[in-house]
Amino acid sequence: MSRISVTLTVNDESETVEVEPREQLADLLRGKLMLTGTHVGCEHGVCGACTVEIDGVPARSCITHAGSCDGASVRTIEGYGDDPVMAALREAFTREHALQCGYCTPGMLVVARDIVLRLPNADEARVREEMAGNLCRCTGYRGIVRAVLSVLADRRKAAA
Amino acid sequence: MKPAAFDYARPKSWADAVQLIALGARPGAGTQSLGPLLNFRLAQPGTIADLRHLPDYAGVTIVGDVLRIGAGTTHAAIEDGAVPGRIGEIMAGVARRIAYRPVRNRGTIGGSLAHADPAADWVAVLPALGGTAIAIGPKGERRLLLASFVLGIFETALAPDELLRAIEVPVLPAGARWGHWKFCRKVGEFSKATGCVLHVPGARPRAVLAALDGPPLIIEDASALLADSVAEARRIVATVPDLAPWRQALAETALRHAAKAVS
Repeated sequence: MSRISVTLTVNDESETVEVEPREQLADLLRGKLMLTGTHVGCEHGVCGACTVEIDGVPARSCITHAGSCDGASVRTIEGYGDDPVMAALREAFTREHALQCGYCTPGMLVVARDIVLRLPNADEARVREEMAGNLCRCTGYRGIVRAVLSVLADRRKAAA
Repeated sequence: MKPAAFDYARPKSWADAVQLIALGARPGAGTQSLGPLLNFRLAQPGTIADLRHLPDYAGVTIVGDVLRIGAGTTHAAIEDGAVPGRIGEIMAGVARRIAYRPVRNRGTIGGSLAHADPAADWVAVLPALGGTAIAIGPKGERRLLLASFVLGIFETALAPDELLRAIEVPVLPAGARWGHWKFCRKVGEFSKATGCVLHVPGARPRAVLAALDGPPLIIEDASALLADSVAEARRIVATVPDLAPWRQALAETALRHAAKAVS
């Protein structure tokens, strides 16, 4: 079985790991680096649970081969530290009951942060459209949408 | 599931990439379609040649009166305005509704077109916009018309030893009118029926009906569709063999809505 060496930055730390070419980034993160905050759901790019940041933008780690991430910079849910947008989203998710079992939450938060930064004027319809690639089987989405909208509204108020 | 084992190659030049393909490697770009097929073990290639690091694979350049779009340009880049002008506006609107943003950040226009899923967005839209695909093989580059690039389900006019390097689309006048309608039961899923119409002032309008069981249907002169969309959509859809009644209804609706947007 062939193996390849991959050097990538994960949550600001450089890592060099041996992987099988068929290994997905999600499996590298969970199995090799023990970053189990990245969840694997459908494994075909539909449910969004595995969403992480690759080179600054959200991407599916279940259909991105580890080998293709050689030289890339990856940020997982463990890597947001005191990022102010993520802190606001975490608080809003708690307040609005935007999670129950928590399986979809890491992917939800990564995508929600991207919406807040990329689409500061998004309304409810746009938030729902943008979150459509992340499935939640507990909340019915109302709390999630409310949480994202509340962070957007707070940031607009702060900027005004 | 996890994919069956394969080898991974990262060619540094187009010549290396072409050589790998000639030896039977499967090209991979964003792997947003190939990745799921590998995970389901529907595809079990011996080697994947990762094209993402080839020179000029992504990016848009203006060459005379055409725009050359590198095959590795992501849907998200197009959504964010990488393609300038009126055709860029049209393409940005299409790109925004491909799958989901995390998929668009990785998936590429060339990968999607070469994969040739009949329900994919660029498979439907690019034949309507016109232009050419630039293929590269052992004998160098050759040009293929986008209108006849997709031949069937997962089947293109590329030879087995060729790669899709770039796409060239025409610069459109500001007054070019565009209609595009697709039916998805959920935001981001594959289309069940897609219609598009491009009408450049002074030229014949062109329409496409896609998300069929084969290649997109190109209507080179869609004047009749613009004049009487109800009757003409019905006539066009009736020429498509073996469509279930619900798909006929959606296909007619797609053409009617696309036509309405330009008239």
